[in-house]
Amino acid sequence: MKADPISLLTSLGHAVTSRLDRLGLAARFAFAVFRVLGVVFLRFGLIIRELYFSGVRSLSIVIVSGLFVGMVLAVQGYEVLQRYGSTEALGVIVALSLVRELGPVVSALLFAGRASSAVTAEIGLMRATDQLAAMDMMAVDPLARVIAPRFLAAIFSLPLLAALFSAAGVCGAWIIGVKLIGIDDGAFWSQMQASVDVRIDIVNGVLKSIVFGVAVGLISVFEGFFAVPTAEGVSTATTRTVVTSSLAVLLLDLVLTVMMFRGLN
Amino acid sequence: MNRSQFDLAVGAFVALGILALLFLALKVGNLAGFDTGTAYVIEARFDNIGGIKVRAPVKSAGVVVGRVESISLDGETYEAVARLRISSAFRFSKDTIATILTSGLLGEQYIGLESGGVPEYLAQGDRVMKTQSAMVLEKLISQFLFNKAAETPGQTK
Repeated sequence: MKADPISLLTSLGHAVTSRLDRLGLAARFAFAVFRVLGVVFLRFGLIIRELYFSGVRSLSIVIVSGLFVGMVLAVQGYEVLQRYGSTEALGVIVALSLVRELGPVVSALLFAGRASSAVTAEIGLMRATDQLAAMDMMAVDPLARVIAPRFLAAIFSLPLLAALFSAAGVCGAWIIGVKLIGIDDGAFWSQMQASVDVRIDIVNGVLKSIVFGVAVGLISVFEGFFAVPTAEGVSTATTRTVVTSSLAVLLLDLVLTVMMFRGLN
Repeated sequence: MNRSQFDLAVGAFVALGILALLFLALKVGNLAGFDTGTAYVIEARFDNIGGIKVRAPVKSAGVVVGRVESISLDGETYEAVARLRISSAFRFSKDTIATILTSGLLGEQYIGLESGGVPEYLAQGDRVMKTQSAMVLEKLISQFLFNKAAETPGQTK
């Protein structure tokens, strides 16, 4: 391999332009999807079907994970809090970390692994077997028929899944903290209620998960729609969906957290 | 699966999600509290506000009656001005005393209101005339040491 400056510069330029190219493609694709979103509501059955496959089928993993995350938070939180003799604050710690951060973020990560990867594989295989081209031939817009319902399903189901995750987590923490360790039941709930603000904490958490739903949903349909139409291409696209979605969720979470919670205390 | 089974499953999913949101709003947060109800704002000036933050509770006899809405510094008198949002369900007399208290040794700080005996009540925009500032630990210790040093061994009985 030649390592002369010209070819190094060329490969650097190629790396930058190809990424920018893909970003531009994604932006134009997103614009096209948003334009057909309204049409989809005329055929609501399509969204129902996708809600079932991405939302309902993710219920078990989200609720069970939430329960375990809440339990672990309770065990770890109790460990630290008892040094300061303020174990009643356990409910506050668990509820705030679940509602503000872990609920939206972890459920989005689980959703990316459980549902988005399947969406990408499905659309990618449709692309590979020319089903999307066939739809185009029959004057059916694949964006409205295939892409938009899957995208909308992600936006609808993620906030609900995040709420379920947080609720399951709080219940898990209650089982460990109150039932097993023996923290006072009243103090657990009342301190939680005194510190968790509906608008600042819960509504912001829901807003976060809506944003994550847009990001994860868009990435999954984009990767599937533009998958290389081979077996290898579909598998690469699926992997990219999970990796890109996870990174996007974590990055967006940082940005949103700074915007929402900075300057509160 | 046919259409109605999808509908049933999705309906159950949405209902479950909304239940979870309600659980979070009512049981974890406190929507039933007076954040939504009517309230009036009174002002209290402190020489030192200590660790009070915006949204800190305002309590009377240990019961939460409101929250701190904003904190600012009066540029002329160098007093901290706290605006307290009090639920309209509670009325406090004009000679109410506002004190900065701490729940427990390490707990959060809050503002305690102690109603007096005057039959006129504080209304929107009024100022609490009597306030008691936060205790600053460093000042307490130095005062204690100062007093201790003032006691010469011969004078102590």
